[in-house]
Amino acid sequence: MGKTFAEKALGRAAGYDVVANQVVTVEPDWCMSHDNGAPIARTFKKIGVKNVWKPERIVFILDHAVPAPSSDHAVNHKEVREFVAEQGVKHFYDVTSDGGVCHQKMCEEGFALPGLIMVGSDSHTCTYGAYGAFSTGIGRSEMAAAWATGKIWFKVPESMKVVVTGKFKPGVSAKDFILKFIGDVRADGADYMSVEFHGEGIENMSIAERMTLCNMGIEFGAKNAVCRPDQKVLDAIKKNAKCDRWEPLWADEDAVYAAEYHYDLGDIEPGVAKPHKVDNYGPISEVKGTKIHEAFLGSCTNGRIEDLRAAAAIMKGKKVAVRTIVIPASWIVYRQAMKEGLLDVFLDSGCVICNPGCGPCMGNHEGILAPTEAAISTANRNFKGRMGDKESFIYLASPMMVAASALKGEISDPREAL
Amino acid sequence: MSVKGKVWKYGDDVNTDVIFPGKYTYTIKERSDMAKVALEDLDMEFNKNAKPGDIIVGGKNWGCGSSREQAVSCVKERGIAVIIAKSFARIYYRNCFNEGLPIIVCPEAVDAINMGDEVEVDFESGVIRAGGKEFKFPAYPEFVQGLIKDGGLIPHVKKSLGLA
Repeated sequence: MGKTFAEKALGRAAGYDVVANQVVTVEPDWCMSHDNGAPIARTFKKIGVKNVWKPERIVFILDHAVPAPSSDHAVNHKEVREFVAEQGVKHFYDVTSDGGVCHQKMCEEGFALPGLIMVGSDSHTCTYGAYGAFSTGIGRSEMAAAWATGKIWFKVPESMKVVVTGKFKPGVSAKDFILKFIGDVRADGADYMSVEFHGEGIENMSIAERMTLCNMGIEFGAKNAVCRPDQKVLDAIKKNAKCDRWEPLWADEDAVYAAEYHYDLGDIEPGVAKPHKVDNYGPISEVKGTKIHEAFLGSCTNGRIEDLRAAAAIMKGKKVAVRTIVIPASWIVYRQAMKEGLLDVFLDSGCVICNPGCGPCMGNHEGILAPTEAAISTANRNFKGRMGDKESFIYLASPMMVAASALKGEISDPREAL
Repeated sequence: MSVKGKVWKYGDDVNTDVIFPGKYTYTIKERSDMAKVALEDLDMEFNKNAKPGDIIVGGKNWGCGSSREQAVSCVKERGIAVIIAKSFARIYYRNCFNEGLPIIVCPEAVDAINMGDEVEVDFESGVIRAGGKEFKFPAYPEFVQGLIKDGGLIPHVKKSLGLA
């Protein structure tokens, strides 16, 4: 009987053959934390261990509220800096032009690598599956314990196979597919499972598109989500892999799956997640014309250069009808957008461009909604209160749909704006 | 050990943002303050009136969304005795054991329990008593029992490292 990706990755880390539902204890290749490194450091100190197990395996990236919008946030950042200095944490991305959204940085800086076991104190840690890593989010206590012991336990998950064929039609993107998929399998569709994306439809996608898919894995319950590390990935990591522990792994042809789905990307149309759940899918025909008050282009889901290019192509030479916030996912993306003239396109259209970070995605700053207002956003969650007010409404969509909607002030079909 | 308490019942896919809003993640640091905003964006009645010993009953996928552990801490600190649900989202599930908050997966019991009911849970025998009926639930794996007994992951790690 063949093995799934999760069985191979966790077996490799454990040092012996494993099967689904077995419990293993492994050493993580990387432990990533963001602003919540501060409370984790306080918990770590309660354990009573003097030093973290391997300071070179710990990564801190400040992104959730940067630069600090309040004294509370500033104290939080200060505690992170003190802990980094005290423990000699090797990889620290402070509020500088080396920074950005943690998941984007983990990928563009060469931490996300095939076959590695990566944990992060953030639920969207599953993003690194786009590079073939086994990556998953954990809580604060668990991260503190991992720093102290260098160990973490996992139940080897059962796996879901998603086979994707075909190509998107113009105006349709990976975000439209994953929102439709989540609408079909629901928010708990892959609870506790490892999700593998297979097929030529995935091979044809850029790594950025695969990151969008894997990033949204948690929104249908996945423990991790992963794509085969093909030549695109091997070429991308050649320049800056942060370690040599990696190894490309993929499921065997005869691996056993708990569930299997098939999709043709040519069948996908633009769509959204309606308030207040990510699995509340609606095709464009259902929501077209819905009045919005804000558009947000950014986040770990869709703040990459490819996303900015797609949105700029629609906005070029036109004016936005509502306030539109653009946040490149990192300063590397920001610089590239600047070089390509995309920032000028956004500014000429009337957008506000903020510094790389999580921005308004989780209601911290830079675009909080007022009660009764609605936003269209490229982020990953539309839960009640997510963008700061529980009487507001969030529609999740692709960068192209956000751009098209910003121009009209209502949810609009990007195919008509191409 | 057994507990008896009044039920606060909710539906499917209750997410961590409505249990502990994201805007508080870096402004509220004390556990006692976390308890004050528990379920603020889900149910203000709970937020105002929940008492220690009360029980939360949820549908499927309780605690989906963010990994924020405060969504467990705020409920535990509020004195909630146990959460019974049809299923739990993965990270929330782990966070509960790591915080030493008992949780039970029992879809049949959830269907039989209503808001405001008085429910008894006997952890030793693995039985939920509600509305004159009994519902069995399986014992936790041994490793998880150890976590709960030690009061969560941090005390458990301290003990295992000989630092308790």
